Amino acid sequence: MFLQDAPEGGVQYWELLVSGLGWTLAVSACAWVIALLLGSAIGTLRTTHRAWVTRVGNAWVELFRNIPLLVQMFLWYFVAPEFVPALKSWVIAADPAHAQFLSAVLCLGLFTSARIAEQVRAGIQSLPQGQRLAGMALGLREPQVYRYVLLPMAFRIIIPPLTSETMNLIKNSSIALTIGLAELTFRAREIGEYTFHFFEAFSAATLIYVAIAMAANRVMALVERRTAVPGYIAHGAK
Amino acid sequence: MQLDFGSLSGALPYLWKGFRYTVELTTISAAGGLFFGTLLALARLSSIKPLALAASAYVNLMRSVPLVLVIFWFFFLVPFALQWALGTERPPLVGAERTAIITFIMFEAAYFCEIMRAGIQSIPRGQVYAASALGLTYGQSMAHVVLPQAFRNMLPVLLTQTIILFQDTSLVYVISATDFVGAASKIAQRDSRLVEMYLFVAFVYFVLCYALSYAVKRLQLKIAIIR
Repeated sequence: MFLQDAPEGGVQYWELLVSGLGWTLAVSACAWVIALLLGSAIGTLRTTHRAWVTRVGNAWVELFRNIPLLVQMFLWYFVAPEFVPALKSWVIAADPAHAQFLSAVLCLGLFTSARIAEQVRAGIQSLPQGQRLAGMALGLREPQVYRYVLLPMAFRIIIPPLTSETMNLIKNSSIALTIGLAELTFRAREIGEYTFHFFEAFSAATLIYVAIAMAANRVMALVERRTAVPGYIAHGAK
Repeated sequence: MQLDFGSLSGALPYLWKGFRYTVELTTISAAGGLFFGTLLALARLSSIKPLALAASAYVNLMRSVPLVLVIFWFFFLVPFALQWALGTERPPLVGAERTAIITFIMFEAAYFCEIMRAGIQSIPRGQVYAASALGLTYGQSMAHVVLPQAFRNMLPVLLTQTIILFQDTSLVYVISATDFVGAASKIAQRDSRLVEMYLFVAFVYFVLCYALSYAVKRLQLKIAIIR
């Protein structure tokens, strides 16, 4: 049935699934970059012993963690443009798919950044205090201590939780269907509705998600092995 | 941009109805999920290989598929499953609200399973040996020795998962069930007051979840001292 023609656009059903997969991966990839950059910055700042910086970091994490992702998605898509006139005029003029894509990327990127910030903070705080002190004793300034001593170790430690955050991000991107973004789950439901073959359509989407999860797992395991410090992190020792 | 929360006061009874459904869905799914999750954890740790394999396959499948897709799956499958189970001629009408309860119990079972598995594995093996040396059967040693401790050790994690569940139940929006978000979005579209309504919903969720996670943090400190 995936080889049949879809009712519009002159494409076959499998092509709809592929284009859905494309949107899922594109949203996830862009959001992942934002989340990793912002999350690392905020997570690092939260360990710097400056009261107000820590407080802003904590507020950031609590804000994004305590509102359901679906509601955040609505806030970015329906509410944010109302407060920023320039954004609103762009949204009205732009292709709806672009507006949906931007909202989804911002929403998932910031949401995941709060979670990554928490992991980065935990990773840095799990390092022995002596490493920071040793860095300072060598005459490194604070940014240098982070750049050359703390962060390289902390990032290696948090690779496993980062892997599961990455997979969470890919799964969470399906929530973008509520604002109309035609990603994988959206397409699976659409194909089900057109053909009444819900079972096949959902099975195909499920298989694709499982395959993505397995692939992400492999890639991160490879990164973990490549970056392991000999003799320090147990299973990378050899 | 002019904010007008006027339409909110008239909508409060409807929103309250939606909110009550959200709380109901959360508590029933947490209780059911914990029950089936514990059974799944016991199955995963069982020495009967096929049982352990089946349980871990179920858990891994549930955990690698987005919740939205799981909700769609159950929304589509539950009527057929019930038709088969009850032997009726046509698929019975279940409704989005009741389907959502079944979905979340089955979905959360996978997550609670992993928590309970970690809890069971945190109990020293000597206790199991001691229990069987005392003549307790497998069921007795689990029910009276291992599970009570595993449950207590994992209580903060179980509660945190329940807060996440509370937020995740908002996704029943995709099958048009009228939970808190569903009610809000229906009112928002009727009165075209999307901004005010969604800000209000976000505020309510934030206050509740923040307070609950603070309470869990306090509980965690308390339990840590007793141990």
